[in-house]
Amino acid sequence: MSPVLFWAFTLLMLAFGVSVVLNRNPVASALSLVGSFLCLAALFVGLDAFFIGVIQVLVYAGAVMVLFLFIIMLLDLKAEQRRRFNPVALIGGAAVSGAFVAFLLHVLKSFPAGSQAFPNLGVERLDDVRLVGFALFNNFNLPFQTVGVLVLVASIGVVVLSRRELK
Amino acid sequence: MQTLTLNHYLLASGLLFSLGFAGVMLRRNIITIFMCLELMLNAANLSLVAFSRFHVGADGLPNYNAQVLVFFIITVAAAEVAVGLAVIVALYRARQTTHVEDLQSLKF
Repeated sequence: MSPVLFWAFTLLMLAFGVSVVLNRNPVASALSLVGSFLCLAALFVGLDAFFIGVIQVLVYAGAVMVLFLFIIMLLDLKAEQRRRFNPVALIGGAAVSGAFVAFLLHVLKSFPAGSQAFPNLGVERLDDVRLVGFALFNNFNLPFQTVGVLVLVASIGVVVLSRRELK
Repeated sequence: MQTLTLNHYLLASGLLFSLGFAGVMLRRNIITIFMCLELMLNAANLSLVAFSRFHVGADGLPNYNAQVLVFFIITVAAAEVAVGLAVIVALYRARQTTHVEDLQSLKF
């Protein structure tokens, strides 16, 4: 991936992330989140993970965010009136996030494998979907089927939870 | 501009994660908190895909185990969003609010 594209998409992704956190209106937050996910999908494509990039756009930017927007409109949420942030939460969140980033910088500085440049791929054409499918169905078949059961249980759980009368 | 390294991707992922964490701490609207959780999950996905690409094996291919893990994370996160939003809707029906400050009792 060319560095210009990397910086452009990374900065755009982080800007959208800031906008998710700071926007008062939940709909604006959700739309910023869509933008952040799209930039992330572009980064995935730049890392030669085409299948994951497509899944990111379809599942996250598509299905999950539509669900979020539906719920926001269903509940008819207004923009947050109480603008003032809780000072304890403000200090705590900033301190823990800052400490996390500082610690990450410290770790990355003493991580020799992290300063390697992009390694060249040994193939001319990367048929990404076929290779992910091979890994998924050969090495991870049991987890794959377990995840299918999990999705089934989740969908039943949603139906039970959203009935009118909860006992 | 210098060449891209693994550290660049890990730093971007860490910054996105800390943004999501700050959002979870700061925001009072439960749906926005949920969105910030999604941001943190995606930051983890970015670092996994970067590790996959920078770990080219003897056959000249990226390490696909990491991408399969990302696939599972996305699936489980989608299920989690569905259940979580159903819980939020049930909560809103019972209490007519999505502000975490208004939800101070476990049982009602």
